Amino acid sequence: MARITASVYTSHVPAIGAALDLGKSGEDYWKPVFAGYDFGKEWIKEQKPDVIFLVYNDHATAFSLDLIPTFALGTGASFTPADEGWGPRPVPMVHGHPELAAHIAQSVIQDDFDLTLVNKMEVDHGLTVPLSLMFGQPEAWPCKVIPFAVNVVQYPVPSGRRCFQIGQAIRKAVESFDEDLNVQIWGTGGMSHQLQGPRAGLINREWDNRFLDRLIADPADLSTMPHIDYVREAGSEGIELVMWLIARGAMADVAGGAQPTVKQRFYHVPASNTAVGHLILENN
Amino acid sequence: MALEKPYKDVPGTIIFDAEQSRKGYWLNQFCMSLMKAENRARFKADERAYLDEWAMSEEQKQAVLARDLNWCMRTGGNIYFLAKIGATDGKSFQQMAGSMTGMTEEEYRDMMIAGGRSAEGNRYLGEDGDAQPQHQPQGKAGQKGNK
Repeated sequence: MARITASVYTSHVPAIGAALDLGKSGEDYWKPVFAGYDFGKEWIKEQKPDVIFLVYNDHATAFSLDLIPTFALGTGASFTPADEGWGPRPVPMVHGHPELAAHIAQSVIQDDFDLTLVNKMEVDHGLTVPLSLMFGQPEAWPCKVIPFAVNVVQYPVPSGRRCFQIGQAIRKAVESFDEDLNVQIWGTGGMSHQLQGPRAGLINREWDNRFLDRLIADPADLSTMPHIDYVREAGSEGIELVMWLIARGAMADVAGGAQPTVKQRFYHVPASNTAVGHLILENN
Repeated sequence: MALEKPYKDVPGTIIFDAEQSRKGYWLNQFCMSLMKAENRARFKADERAYLDEWAMSEEQKQAVLARDLNWCMRTGGNIYFLAKIGATDGKSFQQMAGSMTGMTEEEYRDMMIAGGRSAEGNRYLGEDGDAQPQHQPQGKAGQKGNK
């Protein structure tokens, strides 16, 4: 049977991708950011996941205002890295896992979550920057990736509670898939940042660290936090953090299993406009 | 019946909700068109003519021509869409975000390196933080006795 072995959480700041692509990762500004992922790069080489279920958001790339799906599951065989206006990132094609994705669609929709299914879409930095942070710059990504795009651009975005619940439904779906697969689930975006208006540049180190504490120890309670708290405390774009609750909801302890082990915890300010947070939780 | 929008009293912030999205539909779709190199070239060659191809309001067109991102946002723009204009102009996301504060690029970058803007005084309208309306523009631009 397929099983979810671990969850990875990380910011997906576009400037991190640009720094890597332009060979700037050794510069003083960027060094401490990439150092936070040294552990994860080694760890994932040993873990060898077969599939990553990657929760991220599209930033007006694949989805314009013509179509605004709240939860979009990538069921296609491959997904091309997009040109977001600065030219496409020089990263490998993303290969999906259509069989597992179709199984998840069947299970999660029957569990009352009305997903949008996407067979063709380009993927932006929200999906490719986390892959670069964990895998570096390989010729090909070493595993399959199922993209799961969440609308956090246009309000109202899904609530923390809804995200936490859909994570649980995804876990149930993965664990009922017959093939023996090592699956990881990643939650990306955040941490505190605001990209707009006179309040741009907001960072809240204390709040972010409290978020990490609560995500580890009591995610059910954290999932009840209303949107407005994210906006006031972590900036208008800090709302991306609701996506971390999807990955957390898919962990074993939420379904009555053992507590996960915290393998890595990292926090750094700044990367461009944003606070970078990163966490690895392993199921026991 | 008015729906609950508890985010209206956050200073220096416009939440892009369904109502803003409705107002900004054509402005944002114009921005989206700039993801194609041929459209970027046509826009750069004659901005006004290119804007006139879109069903945007005159105010939205003026806001784009002025590259006033705060103004664009008030008329329904969303920052992820507006970023396509910045990309067309060769600007980084940090330059775009900074431009909305009145700070110079260097002032904004220094603020971020020093740990970013504090939430203190910036949670509710009526407080005294640096993002409040009474403290605009920020940085040196706000210190020239031009109030």
